[in-house]
Amino acid sequence: MSARDDVLARIRAAARTGADGTGPASFAAAPSPGPRYRTRSELAGPELLELLASRLTDYRALVHLASAATLADEIGAALRRRQARRIVVPPALRLPLPGFVTATADTRPFLSPAELAAFDGVVTRAAVAVAETGTIVLDGSPDQGRRAISLVPDYHLCVVEAGQVVHLVPEAVARLAAGRPLTWISGPSATSDIELERVEGVHGPRTLEVVLVSG
Amino acid sequence: MTVLERLGHEVVFPAEQTCCGQMHINTGYQRAALPLIRRYVDTFEPYELIVAPSGSCVGSIGHQHAMVARRHHDEDLAQRAQAVAARTYELSQLLVDVLGVEDVGAHYPHRVTYHPTCHSLRLLAVGDRPLRLLRRVSGIDLVPLPDADVCCGFGGTFAVKNADTSTAMLADKMRNVLATRAEVCTAGDSSCLMHIGGGLSRLRAGVKTVHLAEILASTAGAGQGAPAAVSR
Amino acid sequence: MTAFLGLPGWPGRPGSRRPPAEPAHAPRGVGHLRAADPFPVAARRALADAQLRRNLGKATTTIRAKRAAVVSELPDWEELRAAGEAIKTATMADLDRHLEQLDAAVTARGGTVHWARDAIEANNIVTALVQAAGATEVVKVKSLATDEIGLNDALAAAGIAAYETDLAELIVQLGHDRPSHVLVPAIHRNRSEIRDIFLREMNDVSPDLTDDPAALAEAARQHLRRKFLSATVGISGANFGVAETGTLCVVESEGNGRMCVTLPQTLITVMGIEKVIPSWADLGVFLQLLPRSSTGERMNPYTSMWTGVTPGDGPQSVHLVLLDNGRTAALADPVGRAALHCIRCSACLNVCPVYERTGGHAYGSVYPGPIGAVLSPQLTGIEDNASLPYASSLCGACYDVCPVKINIPELLVHLRARHVEEARRTQRLPSAEAITMAAASYVLADPGRLAAAQSASRSGRLLGRRGRITALPPPLAAWTRARDAPVPPPQTFRQWWQGHHGDDRGDRDDRGDQ
Repeated sequence: MSARDDVLARIRAAARTGADGTGPASFAAAPSPGPRYRTRSELAGPELLELLASRLTDYRALVHLASAATLADEIGAALRRRQARRIVVPPALRLPLPGFVTATADTRPFLSPAELAAFDGVVTRAAVAVAETGTIVLDGSPDQGRRAISLVPDYHLCVVEAGQVVHLVPEAVARLAAGRPLTWISGPSATSDIELERVEGVHGPRTLEVVLVSG
Repeated sequence: MTVLERLGHEVVFPAEQTCCGQMHINTGYQRAALPLIRRYVDTFEPYELIVAPSGSCVGSIGHQHAMVARRHHDEDLAQRAQAVAARTYELSQLLVDVLGVEDVGAHYPHRVTYHPTCHSLRLLAVGDRPLRLLRRVSGIDLVPLPDADVCCGFGGTFAVKNADTSTAMLADKMRNVLATRAEVCTAGDSSCLMHIGGGLSRLRAGVKTVHLAEILASTAGAGQGAPAAVSR
Repeated sequence: MTAFLGLPGWPGRPGSRRPPAEPAHAPRGVGHLRAADPFPVAARRALADAQLRRNLGKATTTIRAKRAAVVSELPDWEELRAAGEAIKTATMADLDRHLEQLDAAVTARGGTVHWARDAIEANNIVTALVQAAGATEVVKVKSLATDEIGLNDALAAAGIAAYETDLAELIVQLGHDRPSHVLVPAIHRNRSEIRDIFLREMNDVSPDLTDDPAALAEAARQHLRRKFLSATVGISGANFGVAETGTLCVVESEGNGRMCVTLPQTLITVMGIEKVIPSWADLGVFLQLLPRSSTGERMNPYTSMWTGVTPGDGPQSVHLVLLDNGRTAALADPVGRAALHCIRCSACLNVCPVYERTGGHAYGSVYPGPIGAVLSPQLTGIEDNASLPYASSLCGACYDVCPVKINIPELLVHLRARHVEEARRTQRLPSAEAITMAAASYVLADPGRLAAAQSASRSGRLLGRRGRITALPPPLAAWTRARDAPVPPPQTFRQWWQGHHGDDRGDRDDRGDQ
């Protein structure tokens, strides 16, 4: 008998132990009355952006608000402050980058981890953002790229559109496609492993900067 | 007893009663607890309201009696136990919720701190009922206990099986009691009080443990000189 | 195979008892589920360590406050807990179906699924996969399942070096130590101890390293950077495996998890079979419950999800090892199985007054604290961890904070009962404790006997001086080592009642309106 068959047989035997009345009735799966927790937002657009900005800031991300008209300026200003000249971008970023930047698109043959480590930073878009938790989610679409490019460089600049922002975690889950590789990011990398004191910056990007585009 | 009679209620102590069986159940001896559960149900079934001055006993009656009976396939006993348990109250619940009383006319001119005890707090969710009763006691100087909701370390046979850990928990509880500079530590559970009182006595700390019921029973002119010791 | 014909320790109906088969517990001699010493012995050692007491007190106080703050932010926390409990209960009721679905979904997306009956089998599978990938080094993201089965030891025996990359696991590994907490394995170490370990064990660290946590984190980053960039095999656990989609999920903070599941060509994930959740939407519940309960954050910094192989992105050889190792034995106990609902948040450890004082090592298992006290004995068989169900004062703080509402105090009481039943069945002579309990039951089952015993106990007054007893005979001597016992009062309540109420015996017939 294979291990698979064996473990499945054990599970079925275990379920029978309770079915003969020696155990409580908890064995039968109770019919689900549908979720009673919040699954729909009560917040309107501007409030959502404000909440997202404040929650991102709480966890030490740098946040800027922009309109379609000021987006290019905000990106340029952020990269200038960071002095990020050599940056890596996903194959189809579709964002205006300032002239002092050399942008390398991560296309086949892909950049190696060591090559990625040599960049000053990475610029991506996002798939979804969750206001309540201050989370941005990347799903590997062409404007976000492979998971490695937003991981290895020490600086991550992420552009989030207002239409991508939801209030609640369940709303984000409902929007995301399960098959894609997903990365949920809430602030820069951090650890609480030493005396449970939070310290920002371990293995992932130590600086996370987010530009929120309204309208 | 004194409190309830003072409030004009007739109180009966059925002599057939013994013990709720919590110690047996919590130590793993459920089969040995069965006759005790049966006796509890037989004894108290005829009564309208049942009150016990011990949060953990009431917790056991409410949360364990029917469960143990079911585990031993006595559905009839389980149902009766459930019905009796529904009429069994911890003292502060009975006074505040059922009888609607907060001022029981007690007088107790001492500095007192209150330990909420885990089973009263979490199993029975008595909340601030005991404190509401204590606040209405005339002459009392009620002081809050730091980290009040942390277990004192009694836990029934835990105090014997894991004596060192129990003592470590007791040490922290006593440190908090002493920090209040209270002369009396009170609670709604005799067992926790025996534990805390035993520790304080060993330290010669000069702090007495007095059951909540005894404070509520005190009146002007009685027992003012020195707080009464725990006795049942 | 092993069949579960009878549930050990479960009192069956008279006449319905079938001969109990040996359940498939986690095997002895491998992994980290069993203690060398019973809990009271190990606890006594830990309690004497003042530094440990201070480290634990500080850390658990910090995390309790953080958790309370972020939990109180959510208006629907109780609804989320109820949903978490319901999902887990439903999952366990149909575990075989969900696992088959997960297996099929992962396979359909290009992953390979392996099943392991126990630790030995899982270790062999992983070792063979690493060897097939031609690697002699692997990078690991913190995983309780791999710690449970002792994977690092098994890999080392095959000449494979496993590098722990979680900061706390790194501290434990470099310190030749054992984890003491589910979430923060090095919680028993303070910053200066950690600096000393780094200075001693890292060959690439500056001798000027300070004990500032940020400096220590930086040292870990430098130390592991090269390993991440060159690793060809990554090993992870999984917080959740979604049956519906085949998606695996790792929740972490530092980015070491992202490194391990993204950069190597081969990824091997070891997941306990109870970690499966039925549907994609269930993540919306658990991704709220877990971070708030564990690190006390609204959301942990990084959560990675992958579904089989994604061409061109991340590992192109993806494996999932589904581990039993005693879980089906726990599943066979209709009450005890609730321990399998655990999502490893560690909130119960952080609020437990026992854990806070003894630390995790005293429990002797990778699963310490209240949840460990109900999980470890079920995985190993109660006899192998018999002291753990008693390592609790049943204060109930753990139940209050559990994000999936596991009634840990009830499970502890249940396992104590199973332990007593098993001992009675297997031992010819009853223990002293069993005799005491039986005697107490005999006395307490009859008020006449109780009255007589109470009168007799007043002879205890002979032991006492000035209202206290300072030494009792065994086994109660453990009580009087640190506490006095009250001297029995001169009059019992029963006698007082008789005196005050004459011959009112409280009979059913003469009861009054109350």
